[in-house]
Amino acid sequence: MNENINTKIKQILEKNEVCLFMKGTPDVPQCGFSMAITNVLKHLEVKFNGINVLDDNEIRNGIKTYSDWPTIPQLYIKSEFVGGCDIIKEMFEKGELQTKLSEKNISFKSK
Amino acid sequence: MALKIEEIKNLIKESLPDAEISIEDLAGDENHYSATIKSKAFVGKSKIEQHKIVYKALKGKMGNELHALALTTMEG
Repeated sequence: MNENINTKIKQILEKNEVCLFMKGTPDVPQCGFSMAITNVLKHLEVKFNGINVLDDNEIRNGIKTYSDWPTIPQLYIKSEFVGGCDIIKEMFEKGELQTKLSEKNISFKSK
Repeated sequence: MALKIEEIKNLIKESLPDAEISIEDLAGDENHYSATIKSKAFVGKSKIEQHKIVYKALKGKMGNELHALALTTMEG
């Protein structure tokens, strides 16, 4: 893959502890799957940055290669790819996302 | 550009012959599906690895011809 894009993605991940590559913005998601993860993060009051892949086609394709994952949204916590919509929803329902946030020292509303 | 339920099942079966697969067409548009797949291939793997196995079986169609496939994977 294009090394510049790879570097750019790494820099984005280093700058943002909780980073959601999504379609649209956290305030105006433009895809139901992106909205679903946004809602989970908002519910848990996690501070996160949304990267709108619709604004940047290189990032949109680059992130799929970076994680070897074919779809958007993608959630990263401290540079670790945690999952797409199905996995994040499932982890949230089982309390595993909350465990992951604790392990990574990310503050969130527990109850 | 749509993929039929049978085509999705066949692709998954090619890579995961033991898989028990149930697929639902969520919107009736052959574009938004939900699939539950049970296979021995998932044993001991993380969810991310399990979903990647399914995506690989779909040979690049996920995110292209196949717009939306909600996945639930289970160890068989």
